[in-house]
Amino acid sequence: MGRLLLLRLAGAVPVLLLVSVVSFGLMRLIPGDPSAAIAGLSATPRMVAQIREQLGLDQPLLTQALHWYGGLLQGDLGRSILLGQSVFWSTMQRLPVTMALSAYALAITLVVGIGAGVLAALRQNTWVDQAAMMVAMLGISVPNFFLGLLFIIWFAVGLGWLPTGGYIAFTDSPWGWFQTSTMPAVSLALLNIGLLARITRSTMLEVLRQDYVRTARAKGLPRHLVVGKHALANAMIPITTVVGIIVSLLVSGSVVTETLFSIPGIGQLLTSAVLGRDYPMVQGGLLLVTALLVLVNLGVDMLYAVLDPRIRYER
Amino acid sequence: MSDSPARATIRRLLRHRLFVTGLALFLIVLVLAALAPWITTVDPTKLSIRAKFKPPSMDFVFGTDNLGRSLWSRTVWGARLSVEIGVAVVVLNAIFGTLVGAISGYFRWADAPLMRINDALMAFPAILLAIGITAVLGPSTENVILALAVVYIPRTARIVRASVLVLREMEYVQAAVAAGAGHARILRTHVIPNALAPLIVQLSFLFAYAVLTEATLSFLGLGAVPPTPTWGNIMAEGRQYMIEAPWIITIPGVLLMITVMGLNLLGDGLRDVLDPRLRLQA
Repeated sequence: MGRLLLLRLAGAVPVLLLVSVVSFGLMRLIPGDPSAAIAGLSATPRMVAQIREQLGLDQPLLTQALHWYGGLLQGDLGRSILLGQSVFWSTMQRLPVTMALSAYALAITLVVGIGAGVLAALRQNTWVDQAAMMVAMLGISVPNFFLGLLFIIWFAVGLGWLPTGGYIAFTDSPWGWFQTSTMPAVSLALLNIGLLARITRSTMLEVLRQDYVRTARAKGLPRHLVVGKHALANAMIPITTVVGIIVSLLVSGSVVTETLFSIPGIGQLLTSAVLGRDYPMVQGGLLLVTALLVLVNLGVDMLYAVLDPRIRYER
Repeated sequence: MSDSPARATIRRLLRHRLFVTGLALFLIVLVLAALAPWITTVDPTKLSIRAKFKPPSMDFVFGTDNLGRSLWSRTVWGARLSVEIGVAVVVLNAIFGTLVGAISGYFRWADAPLMRINDALMAFPAILLAIGITAVLGPSTENVILALAVVYIPRTARIVRASVLVLREMEYVQAAVAAGAGHARILRTHVIPNALAPLIVQLSFLFAYAVLTEATLSFLGLGAVPPTPTWGNIMAEGRQYMIEAPWIITIPGVLLMITVMGLNLLGDGLRDVLDPRLRLQA
């Protein structure tokens, strides 16, 4: 197990390194002078020069790279222009919001997605199966921002059940958090529910055909034990691999969902950074979020090894 | 006789109910996009303050927006842009995804470096990377296409590589090597044609992602610059008036949904018929 962890960590290092190169390179690809773009149209040449110096863009590329990596080693990702704060801290401040929202959406996804997939597989080719798969197809086809807008029209404006936007931290008021997070979390979850339900259904169908399921049934085990203990436990292995992808999709989705519902998370932070040409924030935020996702995937890999002993003894 | 496998495949596709449904949905959007110059009479950017916020009626089939622009014209031209972007991203993926995937799967020396770069690009959340790229290059249709290509080519390359890794070991490939065929010829005539089925399936899903991600980018203000109509920017502008004039966001939203669902059903059907092995991967 420890060996596997080391192996996977060693595999993650070159990926992280390349991710940092891409993040660094991206800002250098800006056509023309980003300092002028940041300063705006009415800026004097002196202001532009000042920004250029502040960003270190007057230095040769190698010096810039050394500076960037020197900073990275000390956990310094630079300074946000819009917020005047360190990129690291502005991201860390908003991380709990995005994490809470993603966790909520992930919980909905797992419960509904796996539930619908298992149900569809058990009732294969009945109306239950067809209805579940139709909803799953709808889930992977409705854009989450469109769904979010419809939710606002129906549940916030029409019925007045939930606020149209804004965010209350769980630690301030659990009920307030629940009210402000439910619409965003559900609209984030729907795509992933669709994906997970489809994958769960097909893996369950495969597992249910296996000999050990037939044996379990033949020896007279009650149905819920056959399904829960023998079939689902084995189907969980391929399902786990999808969770890493789902977390990445949730983070992607949070960009537009947070903007739509005015939730002060990482997605909103990066969107406003992009629109406000806050390049150090974009560069550092992109790197930080991606590095966190690489770690999440590492965790999923380890979980996979815990669930499937065959992986542990590989090589 | 020679065309019978192709015909058989088409016959099987046309018997696949979901495939036909998907094809029909996607055709609606394709026809709108293709006929845009002929089926719209009003310029999509023409303002008409007196006719603003008109709900759908005989005069304006889809109604008008806050500036009195015809939503029929705007969504139809938006459909054209979505299809253009989708086609461009699919073509770029077909070319470069195949190239990178085939080289990586076929030549052992190229595999590790190419796949590390692939892994790094795939580590970024798709929308964040696309946003980062369009932010750097500036919002425009070309830059959106470029950003989507960079985001999705690694994913396509992975799929091509996986098939090439298997095909490389096939006896007919070894026979071709023994017969003295060069690498380029083997790749062109023996490996790539046999890797096409999963690629085609991937490209139909990719078309859906491309259209969806483009709409998301332009919804966030990072797509084609207004007044050029895109489904995303029509919805972004309509968002402020979604209570009084819900049709402004609903019409492009539903068309977007029809496109994506059509392509997803199409992809499911193609997968069932062309590549039954993949059926279990959902």
